[in-house]
Amino acid sequence: MTAVRRIRVLMFAVGIWAGAISGTAAAATPAAGLEEGRVLFENACANCHGAGGTGTNLGPSLANAGAAGADFMLSTGRMPLDDPHRQPVRKPAAFDGEEISQIASYVASLGDGPPIPEVDVEEGDLVLGQQLYAENCGACHSSAGAGGAVGAGLEAPALRHATPVEVVEAMRIGPGAMPVFQEQTLSKQDADSIASYLVYLREVPDPGGLGLGRIGPIAEGAVVWLLGIGMVVLICRFVGEKE
Amino acid sequence: MIVQKTVRFLDERLRITGFSKKTLRRVFPDHWSFLLGEIALYLFLILIGTGIFLTFFFSPSAREVIYSGSYTPLRGVHMSQAYESLLDISFEVRSGLVMRQIHHWAALLFLAVLVVHMLRVFFTGAFRKPRELNWIVGLTLLTLGLLAGFSGYSLPDDLLSGTGLRIGYSVALSIPVVGTWLAFLVFGGEFPFGNIISRLYVIHILLIPGAIGLLLGLHLAMVWRQKHTQFPGPMRTEQKIVGTRMWPTYAVKAGALFFLTASTVTLLAGLFQINPVWIYGPFDPARVSAGAQPDWYLGWLEGALRLMPAWEVRAFGFTIPNPFFPGLLIPGLTFNILYAWPWIEAKFTKDTAPHNLLNRPRDVPVRTALGVAGLSFYTVLFVAGGNDVIAGLFNLPLERVTQGLQVMAFALPLVAGIATHRICKELKGRPPKTGDEPGHVIVRTADGSYETAEPEKV
Repeated sequence: MTAVRRIRVLMFAVGIWAGAISGTAAAATPAAGLEEGRVLFENACANCHGAGGTGTNLGPSLANAGAAGADFMLSTGRMPLDDPHRQPVRKPAAFDGEEISQIASYVASLGDGPPIPEVDVEEGDLVLGQQLYAENCGACHSSAGAGGAVGAGLEAPALRHATPVEVVEAMRIGPGAMPVFQEQTLSKQDADSIASYLVYLREVPDPGGLGLGRIGPIAEGAVVWLLGIGMVVLICRFVGEKE
Repeated sequence: MIVQKTVRFLDERLRITGFSKKTLRRVFPDHWSFLLGEIALYLFLILIGTGIFLTFFFSPSAREVIYSGSYTPLRGVHMSQAYESLLDISFEVRSGLVMRQIHHWAALLFLAVLVVHMLRVFFTGAFRKPRELNWIVGLTLLTLGLLAGFSGYSLPDDLLSGTGLRIGYSVALSIPVVGTWLAFLVFGGEFPFGNIISRLYVIHILLIPGAIGLLLGLHLAMVWRQKHTQFPGPMRTEQKIVGTRMWPTYAVKAGALFFLTASTVTLLAGLFQINPVWIYGPFDPARVSAGAQPDWYLGWLEGALRLMPAWEVRAFGFTIPNPFFPGLLIPGLTFNILYAWPWIEAKFTKDTAPHNLLNRPRDVPVRTALGVAGLSFYTVLFVAGGNDVIAGLFNLPLERVTQGLQVMAFALPLVAGIATHRICKELKGRPPKTGDEPGHVIVRTADGSYETAEPEKV
């Protein structure tokens, strides 16, 4: 390790440590959460969403985004966004849990948006979840939750990293091109069931061997042409060449 | 002793020795690529074997049942008996899943090997007189292989296979004038179909394998009768075959080839999951899954459907629905051109002499260039069959991927064809490597190190 790299690593470690301290300090004063959240919002979000979350040319108004919207966007790392013209994608969250909940409570105070949903995966019905998932979600996210392209440069993301709360938040707020599924459409029981099915899909092993990303015939075709035909040619050369 | 007695018993009745002697003494030319067809034959046998196993447990019925097996997320769900039996084969039947996976992987590999075998025959000119008829039989075998694949992967009645049938039905509907009647005749009514699974089942396990078996026999009989082609080389002439005898060399090699082929598909089936029907769920006409693709060998047709611009032609008072062009015209033209190829080529080259010696691809630049151009066209179509997966994988807008591939479908064959033609012309006439050229000899010296010596020094 060079000296420069060593210093960099040290600086990184100090940064994490400093972040941890500020996190604990914030947690000690929960009553100031709203104000803390407003400050964080003005620094990180107001550039596009406007002061007070009223929206600008670059970002929509957050009046009805609610705590669910803020929590979903921030905890999946979709916001803050580097390039407002691209579809936000999942990346490591820029804020820690405490900061996210502060911003979420500030955004919730802006209007009448959905709250962060309560999700009880244990309460969900796996069979109902499979049915509802196939009816409402699979057309874009694929049967296996592997995601897919939906046109106009947008894509339905893979669901393998989404936590149950994030899944239900997405239903309630309909981020990007996704439709909104309110409680009248998918009840709490329905939402819990879908979340429990997704947890099942993620955790159940593939009984037939390597799952190949569960993207179906494309991956299978690639295996046949690269591995299968590769081995066939090797076999032919091994058996077919003289000596 | 027993062998002798049995042989004598059979010979006194069937007079087999003359024929067997001739066969066993026959000389077969040596080249690794001549074994591809044989591998396809073994894959067909593996497909028959695993297929028979699967018929013991599969029920081709659309009757609605309520699932009560061990796959929890579907317990209590209404589904067809066909799909239920697929779940049972996968989770209940001992070694059912691995048999299913061997069957499916063997099918994918079977068609891949058929295509490679066909390319070998094409690029070496093995289809020329007197072997045009066997080219036709071989192409028919490929067509039957495609139908076997489609009829097979449509049987599970899961969401993926149902989507495939829906597409097939729409393509059949798009045939001008007779489309509606033909689609009703084949599928037994309007979508969603009542008894298509049982129809496909008979086609898949009886008609197609029977036809493949018959034509395979004919294919091999013709190879036997006409003798196998060989590459030009020392002592090898149009009349004289240089190679190795059937017995014992090729008989032993055949055994090795069978077992190596079987272990390849078993290895694939043991390592990689294929077609997890339980994840797709039972077919429901109101549902569809993102990323629905056919198996690879129909990917080029799927790609043609996806690349075709949304044009609709009206002629003579009839509408020619859009899927007709990519779904039927392209495969129709493809196979007609392929069937007629030996005669098309003979017409242009004015070569009507019989040929037992193969071409090296480089020595026939025009055919090789056309072949590569065609191949790149179908490769673009094939890639387009997964345009959504590519868009997702490379983070590109779906429409851009489609437009790019539309351009590529015309540009790539042109570029690849011209490049191939130039390369072939450059290489044409260069002598092949025979392996007889003097090489380097590695000699161990007194102090234990190694050095290369010129052959004459040794």
